[in-house]
Amino acid sequence: MPVEIDIEHVAKLARIELTDDERAMLRDQLGIILDHAAKVGEVAADDVPPAASAIPRSNVFRDDVPEPSLSQEAALANAPEHVDGRFRVPKIADTGP
Amino acid sequence: MSGVELCDLTGSELTAKIRAGEITAVELVDATLTRLGAVDDRLSAFLTPTPEVARERAEELDTYLATGAPQSGVAGIPTALKDVFTTKGIRTTCGSKILQDYVPPYDATAWARLSGAGSVLVGKTNCDEFAMGSSNENSAFGPVRNPWDLERVPGGSSGGSAAAVAAGAAVWALGTDTGGSVRQPASLSGVVGFKPTYGRISRYGLIAFASSLDTVSTFTRSVRDAATLLGVLAGRDPRDATSLDAEVPDYLDGLDAGVQGLRVGVLTEAFGDGVEPDVASSVRAAVDRLEGVGATVGEASLPHAEYALSAYYLIAPSEASSNLARYDGVRYGLRKDGSDSIEMMFRTRGAGFGAEVKRRIMLGTYALSAGYYEAYYGQAQKVRTLVIRDYERAFESFDVLVSPTSPTTAFPIGAKVDDPMAMYLNDIFTIPANLAGTPAISVPCGLDSAGLPIGIQLAGPILGEQALLRAAAALEGELALDLRPPLLAA
Repeated sequence: MPVEIDIEHVAKLARIELTDDERAMLRDQLGIILDHAAKVGEVAADDVPPAASAIPRSNVFRDDVPEPSLSQEAALANAPEHVDGRFRVPKIADTGP
Repeated sequence: MSGVELCDLTGSELTAKIRAGEITAVELVDATLTRLGAVDDRLSAFLTPTPEVARERAEELDTYLATGAPQSGVAGIPTALKDVFTTKGIRTTCGSKILQDYVPPYDATAWARLSGAGSVLVGKTNCDEFAMGSSNENSAFGPVRNPWDLERVPGGSSGGSAAAVAAGAAVWALGTDTGGSVRQPASLSGVVGFKPTYGRISRYGLIAFASSLDTVSTFTRSVRDAATLLGVLAGRDPRDATSLDAEVPDYLDGLDAGVQGLRVGVLTEAFGDGVEPDVASSVRAAVDRLEGVGATVGEASLPHAEYALSAYYLIAPSEASSNLARYDGVRYGLRKDGSDSIEMMFRTRGAGFGAEVKRRIMLGTYALSAGYYEAYYGQAQKVRTLVIRDYERAFESFDVLVSPTSPTTAFPIGAKVDDPMAMYLNDIFTIPANLAGTPAISVPCGLDSAGLPIGIQLAGPILGEQALLRAAAALEGELALDLRPPLLAA
C-alpha cells in the first residue's frame, strides 16, 4: 500500500521548486519507495540500539593552533555575486514602510 | 588499436618498465591520452579531460626520475578521478548542473596523496549526479557507455571511472562507493573495484553524498594495483574526523601468499530470485577454484541483509538531504534569481538538481521530518545495527564472505530509468558492506552468454584488507582471465 505524502510540504522543507509534473511523479514514486523502506519496522525491535555510523568516533579534536586558510579572494571566487569582500544575496526581509 | 599498448598494462607492470628505464612517463601518458581521444567520443567517460596538465606533470616527473631519485609505485601512472573529488583549479561538477562551473580552491586529500607521489591526472570522469545512481544515466551531462557494449550502461555511480579503466583511457581511477558505486560498475565493466574499510581513506575534498557511508574506492586492472593504491591513500587525515588512526600495513606484503586454510563463506541468500543464472554459475565456479587452491568453503548468512536495502534508502537520502542543503545559490554554484533570497533558493535548487537528486532529497527530508523521523530514519538506524551484528557473527566463522557483486550483468541504457525501485535493487549485494563499514572487492570472474563481464564480491571484516586482498589476488591468478572489451578490438 503506497504511503501518502504531502509533497507540497516536503518540497517546502527541502526548499525545492517543483513543476506540476514533478510533484505528481514524486508522489507516486516516493509512495512506492517508502512502502518498501517501511520494512525496516518489521525487525527493528525496541532493544536494538540505533547505529549512526559503522565505526563510531567521538570528540576528535586537533590541537588548537591557527593554520593557514583560504584567502578571501579564493573563498569568493565561485560566488554567483559578491561585493566588498562579501557574498551578495537578494533581499532577505522586507524593510517595512 | 587491436594490439596491446602501454595504456593496457597494469600499474605494477608499468612501474617496472619506468624503473628499468624502458619507458618514460611522457611516453606512457601520451599512449593513454591517445587512447582517451580515440574512444571517448563513444564512451563519454570523461567530463573534463586534462591533457595539458598530464603532459606537463609527466615531463616534470621524467626530469625528476632522471636524477635516480626513489619513486613510489604510483609515480607516472595515468590516473582518472571521478568528478566528485575536488581538484584545485580544475572544474569539479559532481555530474550536476548546480556545480557546472565550480572550480575548487583546494585538492581532495586522496588526490593530494596520489599527486604528491607522482601520479598523473588525465581527467575528471563522468558520474551519476552527486554519485546517486547505479547506471550513470543520472549525469546532467549524459550517460556513459559500457566499453563491452555501447548500448549498455557501465554501472554507476562511478561509471566514467569504470569505463575509462576498462578501455585503457586511464591505467586506474578513483571512485566513491556509498552503496556499491565502485564495486557494481567494476563488475559490469570487467575491472577490479575495491572499497576499503569506512574511514581508511580520508574523505576530505570528496563532495559529500551520505557521510556515514561514502568511501573513497579504486578501479584497477589487477588486485595488486588496488593494494598499491591503498598503501598510498590510506591513513589518518586531520581534516577528516572520521578517518581512522589504525596503522597502515604494507598491503603488498604477502599478497601472493595464497589461500591455504582461508575460510570462505558463501552467502546463500545471494543466489536466489533476481540473480541471473549465468551470474550465479560463474560465481559458484569461482568459489570452486578457491577451494581447489586450498580454501575451505562453507555456507554463510547475513539474516538481515534483506532489510539492508530498505535501511539504506532511508539513511543515505536522509544524509543527502542534509549535505545538499549547502547548494543554495549563495557561496558557489548555480543561482537562479528570485524576488528575495528564499525564492532564489527554491528556484536555484529546482533548476540545478536533476530528477534522482530531487527524489532523494525529498525522500530524506520526509524521513527526517517531524512525525516520521522515528518510523523511518530511527528504525533504519536500528536495522543498521542488526546488519553490523550479522557481519560480526559471520566473521566468527569465516575470513571472507562471497556473493555476486551485482545480480545482473550490464543492462541496456534506458531499461530502468522510469522505475527507481528496479534501479535500486542493483545494489542489493553491495549495500550491506556500506552499512557495516566493512571492506569489499569486486573481481571479474567470467563473461555471460552475451559476452558481458561478471563480478564476484569478496568481503572481509573491518580493517581486514590484507587477507581480503590476498584472497582476491589468489582468485584472480587462478582464473587468469584475459579481459579486453570488444571496443578495443575494433
